[in-house]
Parts: sequence; C-alpha cells; structure tokens
Amino acid sequence: MAKINIKIEGIPFQVEEGLTILEAARQCGFEIPSLCAFNHGECSRASCRVCLVEATGARGLVASCVYPISEGMEITISSPKATKARRTSVELLLSNHNRNCQECEKNGKCELYHVAELTGAKVGAYSGAQTPTTVDELTPSIKRDTSKCVLCGRCVERCKNAHGLGVLGFEKRGFNTMVAPAENRSFANSPCIMCGQCVSVCPTGALMEVSEIDKIDQAFAEGKYVVVQTAPAVRAALGEEFGMKIGTPVTGKMAAALRRLGFKKVFDTNFAADLTIMEEATELLSRIKNGGALPMITSCSPGWINYAEYYYPDQLDHLSSCKSPHEMFGAILKSYYAEKIGVKPEDMFVVSIMPCTAKKYEEQRPELTTNGLRDVDAVLTTRELAKLIKRSGIRFDKLPDEDFDNDIVHDYTGAGVIFGVTGGVMEAALRTAYFVLTGKEREGVVFKEVRGFESIREAEFDLNGQKIKVAITSGMKGAKVLLDQIREGKSPYTFIEIMGCPGGCIKGGGQPYVREAFLPNEDVNIMDTYKEKRANALYSEDERQVIRQSHNNPQVKALYDEFLGEPNSHKAHELLHTTYNKDRKRFN
Amino acid sequence: MSKLSEAAVKQINEICDRYADEKTPLMMILSDIQKEYGYIPLEVQELVSEKTGVSVAEIYGVVTFYSFFSLKPKGKYVIGCCLGTACYVKGAQQVIDKFSDILKIKPGETTEDGLFTLDALRCIGACGIAPAVTINGKVYPKVSVDVVSKIVDEYKAMGGAN
Repeated sequence: MAKINIKIEGIPFQVEEGLTILEAARQCGFEIPSLCAFNHGECSRASCRVCLVEATGARGLVASCVYPISEGMEITISSPKATKARRTSVELLLSNHNRNCQECEKNGKCELYHVAELTGAKVGAYSGAQTPTTVDELTPSIKRDTSKCVLCGRCVERCKNAHGLGVLGFEKRGFNTMVAPAENRSFANSPCIMCGQCVSVCPTGALMEVSEIDKIDQAFAEGKYVVVQTAPAVRAALGEEFGMKIGTPVTGKMAAALRRLGFKKVFDTNFAADLTIMEEATELLSRIKNGGALPMITSCSPGWINYAEYYYPDQLDHLSSCKSPHEMFGAILKSYYAEKIGVKPEDMFVVSIMPCTAKKYEEQRPELTTNGLRDVDAVLTTRELAKLIKRSGIRFDKLPDEDFDNDIVHDYTGAGVIFGVTGGVMEAALRTAYFVLTGKEREGVVFKEVRGFESIREAEFDLNGQKIKVAITSGMKGAKVLLDQIREGKSPYTFIEIMGCPGGCIKGGGQPYVREAFLPNEDVNIMDTYKEKRANALYSEDERQVIRQSHNNPQVKALYDEFLGEPNSHKAHELLHTTYNKDRKRFN
Repeated sequence: MSKLSEAAVKQINEICDRYADEKTPLMMILSDIQKEYGYIPLEVQELVSEKTGVSVAEIYGVVTFYSFFSLKPKGKYVIGCCLGTACYVKGAQQVIDKFSDILKIKPGETTEDGLFTLDALRCIGACGIAPAVTINGKVYPKVSVDVVSKIVDEYKAMGGAN
C-alpha cells in the first residue's frame, strides 16, 4: 500500500493510504475518543458523533471513524472546537441514557462511561424526554435493556457478519428508534441462536448475559454438594479480566481460584471432551460402516444446535447425537461419580464455567436430564467467573498454580484442550479415529490442515485406506454453505465440525470483552491478533500434555471398563446422547 | 400465528420475482405488497426475507421507518388530518380530536368495524385551505369541528351501502 503524508496535531507522519482518521491516529500513537466505531469498520454508522475532529479539506468537523485520510491532510484532535463538540455528543447520549451506572452489570467495562470521562461530559447538561424502554429478560442466555442502548448498531452488524442472521435490527424512527428483534420481540420468540456475539460487542449494558451467580449462591446456602467444571477456552482468556496479557494461559490459577471459592470439587470439562471424542469417533465410524446419515456434524456448540433446529430442521439426523462435553460431564458426575463418592445425585449441584451464553439455554433443555435431574444446574460465563472471583476478595494474579482435583474424573489429554478453538474437535477426533481404524498411533499427533481461521477449511485424510474428507467452519455463514450442500445432496464430506462463534469458543459470547480503549498495554493491532493469541494458549497446553489422544486417557478407559461398557453402548446412549427438536418455530 | 393463504404466498413470491435483478429490491417489493394488500404483517415479512435474504428484523425496520407502510390492515376510509404548522394554527388539533372522539380511536388506529383509519399527517401542502382533511385522497378544505360528525355520517352511510 502506498504511504501518504499527514499531520496529526501538527506532527508529520507517513501512514498507509485508505485508513480512516481514527485508525491512522491510532497507528501514530493517538487515541481519539470514539464509541460506535468497532473493529476496522465492522460497524461504521458514525452515528454517535463522539470521535469528531478537525481535518483540513473537510467542511466542519468530521467523524474520524469513517473519514478517510488524504495526502497532506492536517488533523486536529485537541482544538477547543473539536473537544467541545465531542463533549456535547456524549452529553446528548447521556441525556437519554439510564444512568444507574453503579448497579449496571457493565460497570467498569462501559465504553460510554469511558468516553464520558475522556471528554469531560457533564450529566444533566441536557435533559428532556426519554425514549420508551424495553427490557427483555425472557431467555436464560441474553437480556436486552434498551434504556442503556446508544444505537451504535454493532450488535446488528455482528449478528449479520458472524452468522448472516440479522436477528437484531433498527426499528421505528427518530426518537423512538430502537435496536430489537422484529416486532420488538424477546430473543425467546425470535430465531436467535443465543451465541452472545452481540453481547461481546455491545459498548454499554444494553446487551448482557443473564447472570446465574445468584443460583450458585443459593446452592451453597442450601448446603448442596457444589461441583464445578471449566471449559477449555476459559483458561485462555480469564487472565485478561485481571490485567494479564491476552493469550496468557491461567489453568493453574483458575483451579486455585475455584477451590478458594468453595467448590467441593474442581474439574476440567476436558475429561468429558475426551469422552465426547470416544463417543463421537465411534458414532462416526459406525455411521460409515452401517450407512448412517453422512456427513456427520459435531454437536458440541449449543449456538450451532439452535441454528440447526431453527433453519435446518430437515437435516437434524446429520448431527451427532452426542451431548456437548459439559452436559456429558454433568451426567457422569451425577451417576458414576456420585455413586463412587457416596453423594446423592439430587444433592449434587453441577456448575459449568463456559465461554458461552448459549450454554445457559442448553442447560435448561428438557432433553438434557438424567433420571429426572438436570445434567448441569448452572452455567457461568468467563466474565461472570471473574466477577465472582473479584467479589470474593481473591487476588487472582497472586494465586499459586494448582491442579484440578485429583479424582477419578480428573485426567485429560491434549485432545480435550484444543476443543476450545475452531478445528480442535476435528483434530481430536482424527487423532482417535486414526487409532481406531489402524490399530496404531499416528506418527505426530498434530493435524495442521484443520487449524486456522478461514471461514471454511477442508482436508482429506487416508486412514488405513479409508478416505475421509472433512470440513470445518465456525460462524453460521459458513454453516449455511455446508448445510445447503447437504440439503442438495452435494456434500463431499464425511465429517464436519461446526462451531457457533467465528473462531470457536476462544471467541465465544461469554469471553472477556476485547477493546483497544481498555487494553493500553496491548499492541495497537490487538483486535486482529487476539484470537490467535488465545488459540495459541490452548495449542501450547496441548503440547505440554504427555498424553494427547483421547483414547489414551486412562480414566476415560476406566470409566468404560467399570461403568459404561464401551463407546455407544446402551448405557452410554442413555447418559451421553441426546435428541434434537425439529419443531422449533422461528417466530412463535 | 395465522397462516398465509396459498394464493397470497404465490402472489408475494411473484412480486419478489419481479425485482429479482435489482440490487436492492426491498423498497419496491414492500411498496407493491402495501399497494396490493394494504398492509405488511410479519408473516409476509418472513416470506420476503426468505426470498430476498434480507433479515426479518431489517425488513421490519424498513416497514416501521416509512409511514407509507403499515403493519395492520387500514380501514376502508383513511382519514388524514393535516397537523402541519398552518393547519395546526387554524385549529387542526381540535379537528383530529373530534374525529378521535366520534370514532373512539386514537390517531394511527382503525375502528373495530374496519371502516375508518385515522392518521395524523404532517404538512400536505394545502396550507391555503387550512385546516385540511383528506379521506381516501379527497380533500376537505377549511374543516371546522362542527362539520366533523357530518363528514363521518356521510361515509358511514356509504360504508353501510357496501
């Protein structure tokens, strides 16, 4: 790209052509207060007017998030005119905003609060009518409170970009404008897949996960035997909530924190990820052998399951019948494990720490029960866990590294860890499928071909003469392409991995927010690099594991020997497999 | 949710196909449907969404943004009271209030018998004859509160004849 000359605050710089003023300024060491802009123009409505600056050649002030730089342009951020205009923009936003900031769950992470501080905006500078408010708390996953909405449109764009869905849109007009699902319905009565990508981009408290911290408090108060499990992706991001660099794996500190929070047992969902692989690989091979529905598609991601039920109810037999790993773990904990340790299953309360808001919906599915008991009783997002830790006065960074509870459901392999990143389930399944088909271990456990972040990746493997063509996607845009192929009978694949959130669980809707403004110690391009950093945290943990294939997990083997029999046995089906709902109405 | 009739589905599909080559066909499709049926309910929006790939939320946004589009069936007679500056100064508020009283509906609503819809309009460019009222396109000049019930009765009589 050609470089052009600009001046910012009188200082000359050479920057790439084609950038917006906001991006150019960031590269040159300036941070213009901005609110609605997000992620290199993923959202660029320039609706908030918070990033106004003076630029030569422009009439009046310009919104730096959309205005492109040009040769010789002189940009002034700090002039009284620009400073005052930015302050006024924020004051106008504040005048129609529910300012119960102290009790707002976004407290400390709110970008409106942040720009108010930066611009010196005064509360009450303008006062007048308030837009009528809608509060939607009907789903177990996501709540929407329009009194906090600044109409930036990030959520609208994210739902479209990640999934091609557009569940949210702008409706009505002028002062009555709001961001909502069609007809200002609840997410519960709209074809929302509960992935929480909208939550992960919302600058304010307008879109939040539904907190289940109270449920856990109550379980402790009732004297339940409270057990916790953590998903692989959580360890790759939890540290961010405590000021650690993005990509710092915090497995040991997380285990230590959970123990100090009073959980009776601290386990790793990875154990169940290994179990999932045993079940799923066996299911795949049996489908190949017996002419079952192919391609088979993974079923770990509850966002993807919601999508499949809403949009492809005619193709549900392609989904693996395996429950997702944490649900499998819940079922095992309340049967095999409870019996072993002599706790009544009904006294046990299973908490899952997940990078995900859709898991909260999944938790309440009627089909995910065993003997009338919920497999999992509460799901906390990574962000909620951080809140819980902070509330309890724990200095996370000072914690020692501890292990998960060394019990009969403790061990996990590298294959389980990489579930948290797109391509991980596929890689883990291939590691085991190779062994099952050939009877020997493959040289080198890594399947590089399935790694990466392209929307759809495909690879072909020769497993002992058995050719297997696979595809991996994350985000429902890619899923639609692959599902349409299946519907038309043109899918060339045997096995497909689909994850709801683009990039997989490491970028899940329950993960810590990533915002340049709150990460002064990260590189300027952190929005582009954070997913690789989180992924590397998981790949590096995989490399550190001695055992890296699920079928070599000694405790999973013992579980089959002592309790389940063999993969896909009758008992395994009872506890570890599920069914899907083909009658879900998109607008009910 | 009520199901659309087969004929309606067929016709809406036809309307969508008319604009298959357009880059941004949504406004044209919605305009045609509005003209044909008088309103664009959610079921129809879903159908248009499937045909065009535009999300239902976005279509709903367009329908609620432009006052030309309607989510509910309009009455047989659409009474439009101009509330532009000139009409307002000349007492248009009292006129629309009187219509409201007699028909027992608020502006934007339709009577239960489906005969009348009452709309508040912004300036319709008839300031010389303020306050102006339009009923299905026919303009009534210099309407006073006293003649409102007479106008309503006229249409009720016609409505009854149908």
